[in-house]
Amino acid sequence: MNIFTLSFLIFSFTFSLISADKALKPEQYPFSFSKPLGKIDKNSAQRGLQVYIEVCASCHGLKHVAYRSLEGLGYNKDQINRIAAQFQVDDLPNEEGEILKRAAIYSDYFVEPYENYNTAKAANNGAYPPDLSLMVKARKDGANYIRSLLLGYTDAPNGFDVGEGYYNKYMAGNIIAMPQPLYGDDVEYKDGTNATLEQEVNDLVTFLTWTSMPDLEDRRSAGLKVIFFLFIMTIVFYLSYRKIWSELKK
Amino acid sequence: MSTAKKNTKGIINWIDYRLPVVSFLKHSAVDYPTPRNLNYWWNFGSLAGFFLLVQIITGVILSMHYTAHVDHAFDSIEHIMRNVNHGWLIRYIHMNGASFFFIVVYIHIFRGLYYGSYKAPRELLWWLGIIILLLMMATAFMGYVLPWGQMSFWGATVITNLFSAIPLIGDNITQWLWGGYSVDNPTLSRFYTLHFLLPFLIVGVVVLHIVALHTHGSNNPLGIDRKGPQDSIPFHPFYTIKDLFGLSFALTIFFAVVFFAPDFLGHPDNYIPADPLKTPAHIVPEWYFLPFYAILRAIPDKLGGVIAMFSAIFVLFLLPWLDTSKVRSATFRPVYKILFWIFLIDAIVLGWVGSKPAEGIYIIISRIATLYYFLHFLILLPLLGKFEKNRPLPESIGKPVLAE
Repeated sequence: MNIFTLSFLIFSFTFSLISADKALKPEQYPFSFSKPLGKIDKNSAQRGLQVYIEVCASCHGLKHVAYRSLEGLGYNKDQINRIAAQFQVDDLPNEEGEILKRAAIYSDYFVEPYENYNTAKAANNGAYPPDLSLMVKARKDGANYIRSLLLGYTDAPNGFDVGEGYYNKYMAGNIIAMPQPLYGDDVEYKDGTNATLEQEVNDLVTFLTWTSMPDLEDRRSAGLKVIFFLFIMTIVFYLSYRKIWSELKK
Repeated sequence: MSTAKKNTKGIINWIDYRLPVVSFLKHSAVDYPTPRNLNYWWNFGSLAGFFLLVQIITGVILSMHYTAHVDHAFDSIEHIMRNVNHGWLIRYIHMNGASFFFIVVYIHIFRGLYYGSYKAPRELLWWLGIIILLLMMATAFMGYVLPWGQMSFWGATVITNLFSAIPLIGDNITQWLWGGYSVDNPTLSRFYTLHFLLPFLIVGVVVLHIVALHTHGSNNPLGIDRKGPQDSIPFHPFYTIKDLFGLSFALTIFFAVVFFAPDFLGHPDNYIPADPLKTPAHIVPEWYFLPFYAILRAIPDKLGGVIAMFSAIFVLFLLPWLDTSKVRSATFRPVYKILFWIFLIDAIVLGWVGSKPAEGIYIIISRIATLYYFLHFLILLPLLGKFEKNRPLPESIGKPVLAE
């Protein structure tokens, strides 16, 4: 790599930042998990899973998430097997060496929507639909960003050329390759919740926050205990320190 | 244990007679005479040692589950985060432990700068400390590459490319470092090996650092030598309890970050798998490299930038001779005290500007701050020792009042 390439690498973000500045800052929404001790709203996350399966899953994978981990959202093993069974995976080679399909089960990972990277790109106008497992952690202020983005589709202003993409005021550069995926009433919620656009988006973001951070609730509840313990220990050590050093002053 | 010599019975004495581990500890960690006036800034040495240990322990555990291959590295990290029991905790401790290691080491270094801890007879102690810093930087840089996210890959690409600035053989060296024609699988796997190896070298240098320290003992806030036994107190219990209190306090902050904001110090882009065909909008190193990154970018010439960046650290080796003042502590150096704070602000400004895009006003700020960085060491400190009138030094540590 020569000096020009390096300068390009180091200085290129200068220009991309200028275009990124056109994106609006995400709107702040009070999710159940937004506060430091907040939890994932399980009902909302379950509805979000439904939105993912019925809408997003046709293009986006969740390759790092295993069906078994859905226990973290309150499903039991039978329910999880039923969810998984909607999808087909490659079985191990049979005695004739053929690879047949079988229904996914509890121990499988979320089934990928496409056979491979190139199929995915070809099916989507050359734009690869990114895996969503870590999307909330992979974007700054991820939960609010995804929520704003999914609610942020509008008509492009006059004279703004979106090319093959779509206009979105929260996207860096304002052009997004993904057509608006949710409009409201895209799913019929099993628990009877009214599937407005905002409801669907909030549920989906809650679900994706859980897929990004399945450790969130364990982490926060353990953290509370650890900090409490350390706080007390610090006080005890401080008092011991004062006591021991008071002997020096005599 | 105080009756170790008289009492020849017991397992501990039997061992100690043959291998004097107990008397060694007693000599260097229990009875070890320490200046009686050390303040809280002297806590950060032992804290740094603690975080080194945390990194090694969590690192060894992570290495049991991590796969150093471009096709599996990113996934194996997610495997640790999701499937390994408490893997998320181990990894978050390791991630943030690196940051906290740098925080305490930087404070430790600035403590040394303020109180003149680098001056005779502690020049080699200071040198060993800088070597530890260099090893830490190499280790941290290679560790950040291992998750094989976007910042891992592109950070590695930018930094390894710096070596191509070396005239004539630069490109060959860079290819040799990569093990190929770009950052790829051979690079990842050798970085993993070195990331595992270097911490143990750091332990070795830390041992030398402590040997050098214990030869002349700690410097102290007054910066004057101890005149007699009344100026010292035994390390145990006085400084063991003070270090424990400091450790407990630091751990409270550390675990608050680990449990409640574990990704705060990281970059979201590193949760995107590495893609050699897609440059991130904004390539930034970890926060602890930002001041040096700012110096690198402040120089409009590639080779010049690389030289300036490395000089920023190597100038520290010369510090014991660049600072011509015989007085150690800034407490008694009215002008140096002001320069110290200006230098600290300068370092923070460099860190801040290192996180900004290299454009417009930021370039100007980074150039001024870089210039001042070297001005401080190369011009101001040598001259200051000649012209500064220091305040009168106290007669001894035990009786600082008598001097007034």
